[in-house]
Amino acid sequence: MKPLKFILNDQPVETHTNPSRRLLDVMRHDYGLTGSKEGCGEGECGACSVLLDGHAVNSCLLPLASVQGRQVTTIEGYAKTQRFAVLKQAMGEEGGSQCGICTPGFMIAIESLLKKHPKPTDQQIRIDLAGNLCRCTGYNMIIKAVKRAAKVGEGLW
Amino acid sequence: MVKHVIPESYREALIHLRDGDFHIVAGGTDIMLKYRNEADLPPKFDRDVLYILNLDELKYIQSEAHVWRIGALTSYEMLLDHPDLPEVFKAAWLDIGGPGLRHVATLAGNIANASPAADGIMPLYLYDAQVVLESCGGSRTVPIEAVITGPKQTAIASHEMIREIIIPKHPFNVTQWLKVGTRKADAISKVSFCGAAHVEPGVIHELRFTLGSVAPTVIRARDIEGSLKGLLISELKTKTAFVLNAYSERIQPIDDQRSNKHYRHQVALNLIEDFMTQLIKEG
Repeated sequence: MKPLKFILNDQPVETHTNPSRRLLDVMRHDYGLTGSKEGCGEGECGACSVLLDGHAVNSCLLPLASVQGRQVTTIEGYAKTQRFAVLKQAMGEEGGSQCGICTPGFMIAIESLLKKHPKPTDQQIRIDLAGNLCRCTGYNMIIKAVKRAAKVGEGLW
Repeated sequence: MVKHVIPESYREALIHLRDGDFHIVAGGTDIMLKYRNEADLPPKFDRDVLYILNLDELKYIQSEAHVWRIGALTSYEMLLDHPDLPEVFKAAWLDIGGPGLRHVATLAGNIANASPAADGIMPLYLYDAQVVLESCGGSRTVPIEAVITGPKQTAIASHEMIREIIIPKHPFNVTQWLKVGTRKADAISKVSFCGAAHVEPGVIHELRFTLGSVAPTVIRARDIEGSLKGLLISELKTKTAFVLNAYSERIQPIDDQRSNKHYRHQVALNLIEDFMTQLIKEG
């Protein structure tokens, strides 16, 4: 059988694993990329978010087969970018990350949002982060962090 | 053991469908949950699986003189980003999950999954959309009502797949989408409503309603709508009781974990009445 090929965090990879497996499981177990979490396992909480060709997707609902030939970026890959550095700083300064379990998913969702709307309105932020749940911050701090990152990192997105 | 096939072209996908019996996985956001297994184990698919999400040739939105054509693998986010698609569609689509889900989930997937609670398909009934089904033997164009035949049941043959969705353009100047659910971003509808009207100086040229989650399939009653055509807005009030009575007979909701039939029945009627009241107020 032909291997399944895709780009994982900027590196081409090939695998012979069962293509129906959830991308989340493959990332965590086969590649040791444990930044993506399983929260609800049904596309509600966003803790498993990864970027597929730059767009946030729920890796708990995505079969590995669907990433054939495409680019997958997990929080580990994103963490190497300048945009991540700006966002991390902003999240820290605004208290947008507390217990941390939702944070990798939020970072991915925010990256996806800022790529589409480099200067997002409150409404755009709320719509694009609606698929990520956080039980600590009450969201306002995360929204502030997004705005701060957009301002500090102007031109990066 | 089930076979997993990732075709490289649409043509190849159709050949597989001709020669086998497959589950088709597009965005996969419904089917991956349906066959979900215990943690870390592959889904428990009971048939061979064809993964088509990467057939980019089916990702398009074309605007023609009288219709839009939407390729089967166009994601909801692509649809939402399109500048010209009607607001009532976008309002319904925005109520589907979050962006992570909408970046892969498709309108065609919502049709093929045939859930009576699907939000995405509601405006298709409102606009008399048609679905192009294709196989190696050719294609056929079928009205949305004839594609979805019951809860989780469709007229799509095992050798066919959805190629595109055709949405006629209409001059509606008042539209509404309303969903009653437990909360945003996740809630599956208890009741959903679409209304559209084409009103010109005080005369109703067209008034349409669709109701979701209150019958085995989406309700659209052309006979009731027909009786409202050509009315003056000022006459609409006298028709309200008739309209609500007529819909009351068509609404057949069930009790389930999300809601109960009495609530659904009453809310569905209230939503129709609200839309009519709004039209009357705005003249």
